[in-house]
Amino acid sequence: MESTILRTENFNAYFGTSHVLKDVNIAIERNNIIAIMGPSGCGKSTFIRSINRMHELTENATTKGNIFLDGNNIYEMNPTFLRRKIGMVFQTPNPFNTMSIYQNVIAGYTLNGYKLSKADKDVTVEESLVKAALWNEVKDNLHKKGTFLSGGQQQRLCIARSLAMKPEILLLDEPTSALDPISTSKIEELLLSLKDSYTIIIVTHNMQQAGRISDFTAFFYLGELTEWNETKIIFTNPKNIQTQNYITGRFG
Amino acid sequence: MVDLESEHIKTPDNSRFGFLPVPGSSKGKAEKRLIFREVLFRRTLSLSAIVIIVLLICMFLTLVVSSMPSIKALGLKFIYGQTWDPVSDVFGALPFLVGTLITSALAIAISTPFALAIGLFLGEFYSKNWFSSFIQNAVELLAGIPSVIFGFWGIFILVPIVRSIEMKIGVLPYGVGILTASLVLSIMIIPFSASLIRLVITMVPVNLKEAAYALGATRFEVIRYIIIPYIRSGLTAGVLLALGRALGETMAVTMLIGNTQVIPKSIFQTGDTMASVIANQFTEATGKIYFSALIETGLLLFVITTIINIIGINIIKRFES
Amino acid sequence: MKDPLRFRETRNTAFRIIVIFFTLVSIIPLIAVLVYIFRQGISVINWHFLTSLPKPVGEIGGGILNAIIGSTIIIVLATLIAVPLGVTAGIYFSENSRNKGNRSARSGVNIVSYFRELRKSWVYRAAHLGVDVLQGVPSIVIGILIYLWLVKPFGRFSALSGSVALAFMMLPSIIKSTEETLKLVPHAVKEAALALGVPYYKTILRVIIPAGMSGILNGILLGIARVSGETAPLLFTAFGNPFFSFSIFKPIASLPLIIFNYAISPYEDWHKLAWGASFILVSTVLILNILTKLVLKKWKVQY
Repeated sequence: MESTILRTENFNAYFGTSHVLKDVNIAIERNNIIAIMGPSGCGKSTFIRSINRMHELTENATTKGNIFLDGNNIYEMNPTFLRRKIGMVFQTPNPFNTMSIYQNVIAGYTLNGYKLSKADKDVTVEESLVKAALWNEVKDNLHKKGTFLSGGQQQRLCIARSLAMKPEILLLDEPTSALDPISTSKIEELLLSLKDSYTIIIVTHNMQQAGRISDFTAFFYLGELTEWNETKIIFTNPKNIQTQNYITGRFG
Repeated sequence: MVDLESEHIKTPDNSRFGFLPVPGSSKGKAEKRLIFREVLFRRTLSLSAIVIIVLLICMFLTLVVSSMPSIKALGLKFIYGQTWDPVSDVFGALPFLVGTLITSALAIAISTPFALAIGLFLGEFYSKNWFSSFIQNAVELLAGIPSVIFGFWGIFILVPIVRSIEMKIGVLPYGVGILTASLVLSIMIIPFSASLIRLVITMVPVNLKEAAYALGATRFEVIRYIIIPYIRSGLTAGVLLALGRALGETMAVTMLIGNTQVIPKSIFQTGDTMASVIANQFTEATGKIYFSALIETGLLLFVITTIINIIGINIIKRFES
Repeated sequence: MKDPLRFRETRNTAFRIIVIFFTLVSIIPLIAVLVYIFRQGISVINWHFLTSLPKPVGEIGGGILNAIIGSTIIIVLATLIAVPLGVTAGIYFSENSRNKGNRSARSGVNIVSYFRELRKSWVYRAAHLGVDVLQGVPSIVIGILIYLWLVKPFGRFSALSGSVALAFMMLPSIIKSTEETLKLVPHAVKEAALALGVPYYKTILRVIIPAGMSGILNGILLGIARVSGETAPLLFTAFGNPFFSFSIFKPIASLPLIIFNYAISPYEDWHKLAWGASFILVSTVLILNILTKLVLKKWKVQY
């Protein structure tokens, strides 16, 4: 198995005529945490939403160029099947309000019609909640609806839900920007613990967060990938003037 | 149910791509099934929309085609003729047009102050306490009472009252007639108007009202100088939509209007509306032109109510944005 | 000298009193009708009334069982006809109003996709207009149409034609409430499901619709409450039947029809039957309305 799990080749994304991502070329290795950073509107959300082909669900959204997941061109796969191998966690936690915690975690299987025995389901739910550092807090309330959970707990539930599908890549779009600092640090710890089994790509506005947890950072500016390097190098010795300005806070 | 091979959760590490369709294998089958279902679903949705369009077109066409014999035989006389005589095949619908318009207009005139009061009451004065939910429920209940029951009640309670008033005034004491029908009609459209008015009142931006209050305006002044002007177009739409509703009302009016096919000269006389003449005579209509004339009456009613409703809805849409 | 502030305050209070007064006066007819119906009707209701057929003129007694059964049959059938079409159309409207596209999204915008968009949007707008028009069609006109479509060609009145007429009247309510409810389901829920690899059609059927179920049921119940009292569409379709009938291809009795026919008759006995029937009808509508509110409160999914 090669170590490059995700590779983009001259990738472009559009909303109608607006050119949002310009000729992005990037190669990401397994079992790393990659931070995607940049000022508002630079295309970072569009980038990760293109990885699991969620981008094209928006009206007038189109793409050009290729993305390869483990050597396979994602545009030659059925997008529905692709999304089952890639997990995504959104900025605001969005657990399914009509389902219990248990059902939420296992939702990827039940909604897609996979038949699992009760024993398998129980194991999957427990494993995923443990990995998401939520098991102890909800193990006695698995069959209640998740409305009593705090924001941070709901977000960890969403992470568990994605992990249950055993994805190769976990995409997170500013997962902690709506959360308090304690929940944020819990989730950051959790992501660090997941690094060995998953590849994690996280969009973040928070430079300290990128500095804390990521191995590599991609910096986007106005749709272009202006800098891509190991995090510690970017933060101490950025090559690009925009990166430097962003890091030092000249713009946000 | 979709089931892909080798998707069991306990997979060894290097085959975690259990879901990934392996090129060349039975991936095709599962994917084909998925695509088929997706397409079927979308097509069913679009089909339902097309069914509605086709339905409406067929409705209109049926009415036109079935009115043809009458249109050919009577032409424009149908609209301005005053005689409705099934025996000699002369059909002029003017009495019904007049009857419809008078009863509806009168009903709107009587009901609007009340609807306005309720709208203000629920939207402005007491929007959130037990009293207002009581009134709200009462108004909804009023809206739910079937037309035929209003007619029934009207016959036994309202008609004697009107009759005694008519005797006092000195006109012919029919009891039934334009006035009675209009009264009941107005009661029936109050809930509809009221909920529309309440809706537009709640759409007035809070900061406009707050600015006025901050300047020391009384509630009445805020209503008079801020709210009413703001909702003027919404009120017009409300009146139009209520009018559309009133025009089509059949049962209560049929039971209370007296059913005479002449143009009434006063509100104490009897008359007929387009809807009520159809209700009364449709099943007795032998004779091709007679039958077709009644359908043409229906067509006329359909066209008028549709135009009024569409205008009203468009005004509301513009008001909302 | 008149104190302007005092004048304004008096005017304010006076206006308030007028508004309250007019509001209360509007409720009077409601009370009058309900009291009248209950008082007259309650004396007529008894077991015999609810379980026998109407008797010919002159004979005392008689009941309205055929009308109760008939109404039930027609309404159930109408619901079965209207709900599938109505809910489906409601889904169509809510999904297409946000103009979502899920087409093959490669190589930019081109002329083919432009025309596809144009075509899609005229279907949406025409159908939406159609629903608005349908909502305003007078009930008697619907009766005429169904007569021309389903009665005249077959030469007989039928319960089925009555049901179809009522279904037409239920459609706008079901469509609109389905559309409004589904629009309120947050986009995030849909995204969560799609990101899990749930296909679009399953996302709608197994995630979005359950989330909006209370609103959809609400619309259906409201539609039922509205049509259960409709008379005009049944005048020339179901037509009425003095006997029991369980066949949907024959004329059938119904509560509103019986009330209408007996109320305008000159016979005192029949008036009594009509009062009893009115009592049943109004009570049913009342109960349905309360049920609707309970459903909404109990099953509403909060976001």
